[in-house]
Amino acid sequence: MVEYRIDRRSGVATYLQIVQQTKQALRMGLLEPGDKLPTAREVVEATAINPNTVLKAYRELEREGLVEARRGLGTFVRATLGTGPADSPFRGELADWARRARAAGLDREDVAALFTSVLKEHFEGDDA
Amino acid sequence: MTRDGIALEADLLGKKYGGRSGRWALRECEFALPAGRVCALVGPNGAGKSTLLALAAGLVRPTEGAIRAPAREQLAYVAQEKPLHPRLTVADTLRMGRELNPGRWNEDAARRVIADELDPRALVHHLSGGQRTRVALALALGKRAELLLLDEPMADLDPLARHQLMGLLMADAAEHGTTVVMSSHILTELEGACDHLLLLHGGRIRLDGPVDELLSAHTLLRGPVGDLAPHTVVESRTTGRQLTALIRRQGPVEGPWETTEPSLEDLLLAHLRTTEGAPA
Repeated sequence: MVEYRIDRRSGVATYLQIVQQTKQALRMGLLEPGDKLPTAREVVEATAINPNTVLKAYRELEREGLVEARRGLGTFVRATLGTGPADSPFRGELADWARRARAAGLDREDVAALFTSVLKEHFEGDDA
Repeated sequence: MTRDGIALEADLLGKKYGGRSGRWALRECEFALPAGRVCALVGPNGAGKSTLLALAAGLVRPTEGAIRAPAREQLAYVAQEKPLHPRLTVADTLRMGRELNPGRWNEDAARRVIADELDPRALVHHLSGGQRTRVALALALGKRAELLLLDEPMADLDPLARHQLMGLLMADAAEHGTTVVMSSHILTELEGACDHLLLLHGGRIRLDGPVDELLSAHTLLRGPVGDLAPHTVVESRTTGRQLTALIRRQGPVEGPWETTEPSLEDLLLAHLRTTEGAPA
């Protein structure tokens, strides 16, 4: 089960925060196919956001084929995302790289800026 | 009665207090609020928010025009001063709610609002402002109304209680499709919770519509001073050579400006500031 944290000051639309956090949970293996997402009622009771926002996020996830709504039962995970959880080779390479960057004297913000700019270069125009 | 799919509708609605020479509290209001929306009713003090809610609740009669709302037993109204019977206990107040709403009363919903925060044996008279708000909201949610009319519901609550009760309101809306209209001064609280906006000023409606449509129709821009035509300028400021403006777009924005979509708070503050000096 995931628990959503909504940051009202982030400037990211609330429904996108839910989409992104769900995808993050899928990437990290916290959600697996067959798992049930919290109901709109549960999400809004915990976060005090509008129910339609949750439904919009779930529709978006459904459109991307990641979850499916089963009438009267809830919304369930259909697929995993990315290259798998913590033990994937990409993660290992990235961890190596981060260690080298740190050893070379880069701080957290330098690394984040570099990473964001490379992401932007290679994934320009892709969906969030 | 209301039309299908419309929870609350005003038709050239006006209210004048104090007889012939009185003051118009509300004038020429026209809107149709779709069922299932959570609507923020916003405006400066004296804008007519409480008058509009009281008209919707059927507690005052329009001077002109009409307002169409669900029947009395299908709406719940929580007035700003949270009127309750001071000599009743919390438990008796809830029992009164149950007995006045036979066949509709939802004891669970009412109890969730009271939570473990209140002693059922406490007299309403002895409760703090925030505790009275809880009791009033418990009555409103227990009634299982189609339309909730809440006048400054969160004003007396601490941030934790505010978040919790707003969560319960949203949960009720999610489960039963309840339409909610709430007035508030706390803009950050409305952001995220409300999907529809009514902005009142000087007794007139200045903005009305779904929040996402209103936001995407506006643009915040920053950059060199220049001509913003053909866009409608809601608010603009210049500092030296830099211009900051909130516009309602007419076509795409072409110019040397950096543009972003405003937040609900940006939009409301800009409209409130610029209507400040406008004639009522």
